Amino acid sequence: MAHLLLRHRDIPGLNNIEVYKQNGGFRALEKAVTTMQPKQVMEEVKASGLRGRGGAGFPTGIKWSFLPDTIWPHYVVCNADESEPGTFKDREIMEGNPYQFLEGVALACYAVGATEGYIYIRGEYYPIAKQIEACIAEMEKQGYLGDKLFGTATSIRLKTHLGAGAYICGEETALLESLEGKRGQPRLRPPFPAVVGLYGKPTVINNVETLTNLPFIVEHGAPAFREFGTEKSPGVKIFSLSGNVERPGNYELPLGTTFRELIFTHGGGIPNGRKLRAIMPAGASSSIIRVDETNFDKVMDTPMDYENVQSVGSLLGSASVIVIDDSHTMDWVIKKTIDFFQHESCGKCTPCRDGNYWMKHLTTRIHAGKASAADVKLLDSVAAQVYGKCLCALGDFSTMAVRSAIERFPEDFAKVTGKS
Amino acid sequence: MLAEKYPREIQAIFAKYPVKRSAVMPLLYLAQREEGYIKKESMQEIADMLELDVTEVAAIVGFYTMYHDEKAGKYRMQVCTDLPCALRGADLFLESLCENLGIRVGETTPDGLITLEEVKCLGGCHRAPLFQIQESDTVTFHENMTVEKTMELVEALRKTVNT
Repeated sequence: MAHLLLRHRDIPGLNNIEVYKQNGGFRALEKAVTTMQPKQVMEEVKASGLRGRGGAGFPTGIKWSFLPDTIWPHYVVCNADESEPGTFKDREIMEGNPYQFLEGVALACYAVGATEGYIYIRGEYYPIAKQIEACIAEMEKQGYLGDKLFGTATSIRLKTHLGAGAYICGEETALLESLEGKRGQPRLRPPFPAVVGLYGKPTVINNVETLTNLPFIVEHGAPAFREFGTEKSPGVKIFSLSGNVERPGNYELPLGTTFRELIFTHGGGIPNGRKLRAIMPAGASSSIIRVDETNFDKVMDTPMDYENVQSVGSLLGSASVIVIDDSHTMDWVIKKTIDFFQHESCGKCTPCRDGNYWMKHLTTRIHAGKASAADVKLLDSVAAQVYGKCLCALGDFSTMAVRSAIERFPEDFAKVTGKS
Repeated sequence: MLAEKYPREIQAIFAKYPVKRSAVMPLLYLAQREEGYIKKESMQEIADMLELDVTEVAAIVGFYTMYHDEKAGKYRMQVCTDLPCALRGADLFLESLCENLGIRVGETTPDGLITLEEVKCLGGCHRAPLFQIQESDTVTFHENMTVEKTMELVEALRKTVNT
């Protein structure tokens, strides 16, 4: 099947504007700007059932419709701060297929009546940001961005903003704070960004992959988009596959593809004759799915979409599937995830800031084999007290791997606390 | 003074945003261009430009990991050791880099060339082990790395600096 998002894999040189144009580039933008009202674009995206690809899975068209028509200007902000451990999909889109992505950003601007869009790119993607800036300049030169697009009164301008190394800035209100020149710390909600966003104005924040879907939806219509994926999770998704697999990488597949197809057919299975022991389908923020002989087929045949991954005790999130083989134990895995979250906690909410500090001490001690069973209980209790008590989801995310590991892999903790 | 050195860049940065304060991050990168870290004078100058207190600017420098307020080696070699990379041997890779470079994480080679750092996810999990090199205000990725390839790179960098 031809790719819809990773089209550069089928069409070499697609990051050149001429090649992009020869392959239908900017047809959707021209169609929208010259023949459709902004509301019609919004309705088409609503009808497509497109859901946010950054992790939360919220319907994109509905998100847009929350912007009030009484307050102006509106802003579109693209979240290109991809930094969940295990996620590397937005990067490939921006590197390989930048014009389809930028056309998507422009379409979002048109749909919500924004004349300015910002693309917030993580600082580590510096060379990618330079390329995106060059692409924007090229589009301006050729009249696909700027004033009087396609001879109409529509103006759309896009600008990049480079982050500087903070996972929290992928959280949308922290991202806005950062763009406003402050420390990236989440805001209290409500008000939601759709009403009070960038510079206090109504703002739409969408992920790179989400926006890259828009040209197809606008050009071919919602029914064509719905031919892929499932009823509730339409479309294709880029699965970032990492960890103990033969062929890690990005795989664009319809939502609802099974774990078996991703990990074994595309990923080539587990190397070195090892066995699959655990899966984290949403990166470091996942509850850990235990895989053993009792549930192997059930997990493997689970369709990866927003609903079904829950049935095996986790979430799809941004579909960053980390595969863990049986040479690893979960006391080590959660030490790794907590190292990450403790470092990335922005420090604003006490349960997350202090909770992660204590969880780091406990996971380090447990992994070193210097802990007792009571320490494991304490760790679980600290995690339980962080959960649901913070302004943003980072606090919750930090507890997912910890609590599921303790519950689902008791033998790993019995071993390190000397009670096997 | 940044204003004397980079007048056009500064003008372009301010033109990007309707609110002055948003310029703080790009201005900090500019301040880092020369020596790879941000001096107190530059923070003060940026604060003055944006009508902020210097403490607010320093708080931003401290918050984001890619800004530095202390001098380090010419190249900051930043190795990711998060879970997906660690599953593919990143911890061992970092350990043997330490041995080969003769320094510990956080230290700089005696010739001032390389500062070795451990960082969080870089978005290259499928090409681990990997690191980025932060130099001046730029970043480059080095993926699917081995210790041998890394040491060759270090030698190449050493030659560029010495010529």
